[in-house]
Amino acid sequence: MATSEQLAQGTDVASTRSTLLEVRKVAKSFGKNVVLRDISLAVAEGEFLTILGESGSGKTTLLRIIAGFESATSGELWMGGQRLDALPPYKRRVNTVFQHYALFPHLTVEQNVGYGLRVERLPESETAARVEQALKQVKMAIHAKAKPSRISGGQQQRVALARALVKRPQLLLLDEPLSALDANLRRQMQVELKSLQREVGISFVFVTHDQEEAMVMSDRIALLRMGQLEQVATPREIYSRPATAYTAQFIGHTNLLRGEVCEGLLRCGSLSWRTTLPAGPALLSLRPEDIHVAEMGAGAGMVRLQGKLQQRAFHGATELLRLEGSDGLIFSVRTGTREDWQGVLDFEFDPADAVPVRASAERD
Amino acid sequence: MELLVSNDPRKRRPSGWLWVHALLVFGFLYLPIVVLVIYSFNGAGVGGFPPRDLTLSWYRILFGDQAIWDSVVNSLGVAAAAVAIALALGIPAALALDRAQFPGKALFRRLVLLPLILPGIITGLSLLMLFNEAHTKLSLLTIILGHGTALISVATTEVFAGLQKLDRAQEEASLDLGATYWQTFVQVTLPNLKLSIIGAALLIFTLSMDEIAVSFFLIGRDNTLPLEIWGRLRRGITPEINAVSTIIFIFSLGAIVLWYRLRAGAEGSPEITPELIEPEVQGAQS
Amino acid sequence: MFSRAYRTLVTVPPLLWVAVFLLLPYILMFCYSFWSVSPAQGIVHSWTIENYRQLFSIQVYWQTLLRSMWIAVRVTFFSLLLGYPLAYFLSFCAGARKDLYYQLVIIPLWVSYLVRAYAWKTILGSEGVLNTLLQYVHLTRHPLEFLLYSPFAVVLTLTHIYTSFTFLPIYASLEHIPRNLVEASNDLGASPAQTFWRVIFPLSIPGVLAGATFAFVLSLGDFLAPLLLGGPSGIMISNIVVSLFGAAYNWPLGAAISLCMLVLVVSLLFVSERLEKKWSFS
Repeated sequence: MATSEQLAQGTDVASTRSTLLEVRKVAKSFGKNVVLRDISLAVAEGEFLTILGESGSGKTTLLRIIAGFESATSGELWMGGQRLDALPPYKRRVNTVFQHYALFPHLTVEQNVGYGLRVERLPESETAARVEQALKQVKMAIHAKAKPSRISGGQQQRVALARALVKRPQLLLLDEPLSALDANLRRQMQVELKSLQREVGISFVFVTHDQEEAMVMSDRIALLRMGQLEQVATPREIYSRPATAYTAQFIGHTNLLRGEVCEGLLRCGSLSWRTTLPAGPALLSLRPEDIHVAEMGAGAGMVRLQGKLQQRAFHGATELLRLEGSDGLIFSVRTGTREDWQGVLDFEFDPADAVPVRASAERD
Repeated sequence: MELLVSNDPRKRRPSGWLWVHALLVFGFLYLPIVVLVIYSFNGAGVGGFPPRDLTLSWYRILFGDQAIWDSVVNSLGVAAAAVAIALALGIPAALALDRAQFPGKALFRRLVLLPLILPGIITGLSLLMLFNEAHTKLSLLTIILGHGTALISVATTEVFAGLQKLDRAQEEASLDLGATYWQTFVQVTLPNLKLSIIGAALLIFTLSMDEIAVSFFLIGRDNTLPLEIWGRLRRGITPEINAVSTIIFIFSLGAIVLWYRLRAGAEGSPEITPELIEPEVQGAQS
Repeated sequence: MFSRAYRTLVTVPPLLWVAVFLLLPYILMFCYSFWSVSPAQGIVHSWTIENYRQLFSIQVYWQTLLRSMWIAVRVTFFSLLLGYPLAYFLSFCAGARKDLYYQLVIIPLWVSYLVRAYAWKTILGSEGVLNTLLQYVHLTRHPLEFLLYSPFAVVLTLTHIYTSFTFLPIYASLEHIPRNLVEASNDLGASPAQTFWRVIFPLSIPGVLAGATFAFVLSLGDFLAPLLLGGPSGIMISNIVVSLFGAAYNWPLGAAISLCMLVLVVSLLFVSERLEKKWSFS
């Protein structure tokens, strides 16, 4: 199992920019309950990093530790050359967009957005100007005088965003801000948030359990499982080269193939192909879209596969077929849509697309 | 002024002066009761410091006091009757307020709740005038009518709160499965209200036992316990009153612990929901 | 949810009772206030506004009313002073022990009013616990007279009774404040003190109004504490009413004063309710 430092070495985006926030070996327990173990992570300037995980994975706790609402049991937070975790939340240059927005019900939209500036005791003229600009940026200028109870969920979310951004923080934390919105609005907001981040240029740390959302929006994804980082990488990398079986299954669909390597030959049920993997048991991830219908004879170097159609799921642009192979192997194939999929079908795949992954241990 | 210290909201260390204030207020609230109990054992009587001569003689005198016992019996009877009346009317009132629409509903709601916040003297006097015009003699019956009327509001409030917590889907499921309205009421609604009703009964009983403001004006020949004590107070202080007060305190303590356990047991800590009116608990009015 | 028949069954009995035992008595009180009393000790059912004229012209009546209101104001003030920080402490600082403390606050409420007033009487008297204690430790040489049979004693006792009353609605409103608002405020840079004054306190105002109204209204109409502890200087308006229905035998005048109190109380409730609605945001 690689150390978390190694896992934190995501490529491209992060390594070319300077580091803004460093999470060093942070751990958190609530009594006997260990929620985070040994988390080390670096957030680069101007990057959109998503902390992705199931409920209970610890992602919200990690976010709250960065915001200052929880203190880590051990480990440190560094930002701008200073210990961040020594500061109370109201002294950190970090702001949060809360999951249920947490707008002040007794203040208008305009007063909500200006709240953070007024507690800094900025001159009123500057406050008013910045508030107006922030509201324009999130397209809520019209509703400046309204109370939160009068605007919709999506609008409240924009106000919460404006309220945090108007403070010009170095880092913006977003705690599943889109989870309360319905699907279409959610997709729209994903695009808007992404372009907003590009426009404003500050680092966003975004927490979600929705892997599709993570892939759409992020520069890098940090996948958290049961309090530990499974993998930190760009969406492309995490999708095409998942480190573990869990990652492969959590992000997108995949087929997990178990096999045995002996003298350069990998055997998996009735399938076999040549490989450079070391001898011993092997676990491979093969994405359904990498398995193709074999119309004619087998392509060179491709592995042939046959299966009886069990189920099909229509996804609009594609279909996901569920098939049972001759040796009882259940696998999925993503294809174009056709009326006449039925019976026993022939497929093939390039063995290079079968990516070796580490097994994911069952953790306690 | 640092009201909250510490970065971690889960472990707010309250700043010093809040602690001190809370301690002082608790002390203030409990001081008279503690003094009362201590001096009920004081041989030298009420007053004087420090207390000396530990004795049970006041309790012995108390137990031999027939007038007190008569008034206790009267109070118990009145309280039981008040519970019956308040529940018999308060439960339908809560149901009506929660579910039915009828003309004058707003006025009805306000009238029912008024005795909760009105000084008892107004409730007591207005009823006195009623009984006077109706040429009804004052007796335990008039006291029962007074208590019942004043305490309907308590029953209504408690049951209403219980109705609000009720999951309508349960009743709808019952109807969906074929039960009639009446069956649903008896088999689904009432059991869910059980806790509210018991809690209300306990509260009403205790309030009735302590009630003095309304009873003051409606008393006939027979005294309730508070009025018996009151009569003696007018004549002078005796430690016997400390003794009976201590006993009252112990019973009240028992009642409230019971009430609290009942509610906490069912649904976690009781959430005071200001649906109809804020304070559900109401000490004796004056 | 109910059919027609059940709806009638459910609404009619309470409506009837309330009409007979609540509405009717108030109407009667209204009528009484316009009647008069005859020399032969009977109630004369003839209409006159003499009672109100007396109420507003005779000094002792309206002076006592003003004094009662001043006492009620002080009781309300001190109850809030004691009750608010206590409610805040329980809601935001008590953590796991919150329930226990809550029970501790409620318990005195359930102990008989009479018992508590009587207890103060034994403490404050010139031979009472406090005075003898002070003399015992040589802090004073003579009993402090003002402790008992004074407005001071009345205010003290009523504050003792009504602190728990103001606590309850304030605690309820504080508990209703979503904790993420406090976190958001901190997140945006507000210090704990700023968070309290800008977020927590404004959202607790309905509770404060409710508690204050309770304390004011109930202590205004109180007659037991003044009777036990007030002495001649501590007489409140309800004592006058009590004697008018007793030894002084003038029911119509008593009814007039009661009606005034009723109108005052109901108006206060009305105003308080409007204010509470204005300040409630959830």
